[in-house]
Amino acid sequence: MKTSDISKIEGVTEAGKIFDVEITSAYTSDLLSDVLANAKDESVLITIQAHKNTVAVAGIVGAEAIIICNLKEIPADMKDAAQESKISLFVSDKNQFETGVEVWKLLQNS
Amino acid sequence: MKKTRIHHNTEESLINSNGSLVIREMVARLKVREAMNSLVLTGKSSATLREVQNIMRENKISGVPVCDDDGVLIGMITVDDIIKALDAGYINESVEKYMSKELITLDANYPLSLALSYFEKYHFRRFPIVDSEKKLIGILSGRDVLSKMLELFNHEIGILENLIPEEKVKHTEFYYKKYSVVAKDMDNAGHASSAIKSYCEKCGISRKLCRRIGVAAFELEINIAVHSDGGSLAVSHKGNELQIISQDVGPGIESIELAMQEGYSTANDWVRSYGFGAGMGLPNIKRVSDDFDIKSDSKGTNIVATFFIDGGENENK
Repeated sequence: MKTSDISKIEGVTEAGKIFDVEITSAYTSDLLSDVLANAKDESVLITIQAHKNTVAVAGIVGAEAIIICNLKEIPADMKDAAQESKISLFVSDKNQFETGVEVWKLLQNS
Repeated sequence: MKKTRIHHNTEESLINSNGSLVIREMVARLKVREAMNSLVLTGKSSATLREVQNIMRENKISGVPVCDDDGVLIGMITVDDIIKALDAGYINESVEKYMSKELITLDANYPLSLALSYFEKYHFRRFPIVDSEKKLIGILSGRDVLSKMLELFNHEIGILENLIPEEKVKHTEFYYKKYSVVAKDMDNAGHASSAIKSYCEKCGISRKLCRRIGVAAFELEINIAVHSDGGSLAVSHKGNELQIISQDVGPGIESIELAMQEGYSTANDWVRSYGFGAGMGLPNIKRVSDDFDIKSDSKGTNIVATFFIDGGENENK
């Protein structure tokens, strides 16, 4: 699947510039040390950690996109950091599990 | 009285156009419009000095511009005028007779450098900013200039940091770079490790190894930020050996043995709210690195994570 496919999920909206690249896996966690240890590159990170460090963590593990769940407000410095790191940022009105299911469907169909 | 915004006294002694060239260039680029305060409290010419005094007291300001009904600036009352009025007993009279009418104004499109020279030349604490029809559109105090300058400094320093050249390094050369990590500054934590990872990518180190180095650097950086009183993160690279060196100024780890156990943590709720502090940091670093060394006492903790480039067998760590 492509990054832009994430916008097709109902209740998920783009929260900044979208960098359209290939996504091959997803990881759901709110514990960033766990993300560092286990998330794969070319992945999308599903989390409620709406702050700048999440972008740095995504950059380290090579995640291409972040979906912030439960409509948590995304601070401006996080948006700036994502744009600078060329990481696409989305916001979802669903929780991490429900969002994960939708992303899983996209990954299965691609 | 229109809108509210508080003006304090200025510290004009801090503003001097004889600063360094870099600062003067920065100031020359800025326009008065960018620094001025556009929400200005004004008085009417029919107001009494007593009313203006109340405006000053309630808003803790020391100067109030006076405008006519069309918003054209016609005068200025300062705290000195009020003191004189109290002294001579005309505080209940209209401001029109006593306000300063010979005003030095600035145009919003003037460079801020010119405004700075005005502060020096006229020794006023503030200058009214007017448009081509002499209507008041803002006020510029020394405090406004300082705030804008600080904002600009932050921005410029960010740009300068990114400009420091990191040329592609041949493996035979020695590369060393140290980044400072500020205690409790979660907003900037990750800055050094991201730069270190980019350096590794520029060196042509494999994606997997870059990630391992990045993970170690990030966890070390977070540890310095959350657990120590400040420190530094450095990258040292020579030949096929790359080291991430973390040093802090204390207070040290009470039990390294416990700290190395996955799940053991001394982190507080604040750290946990950021998604860290689950006791995974040090074990993560040890797992991804080829060699791991930790020393700690009350004066500080030193950790060195070593990576062998072209190692091959460890690529799947």
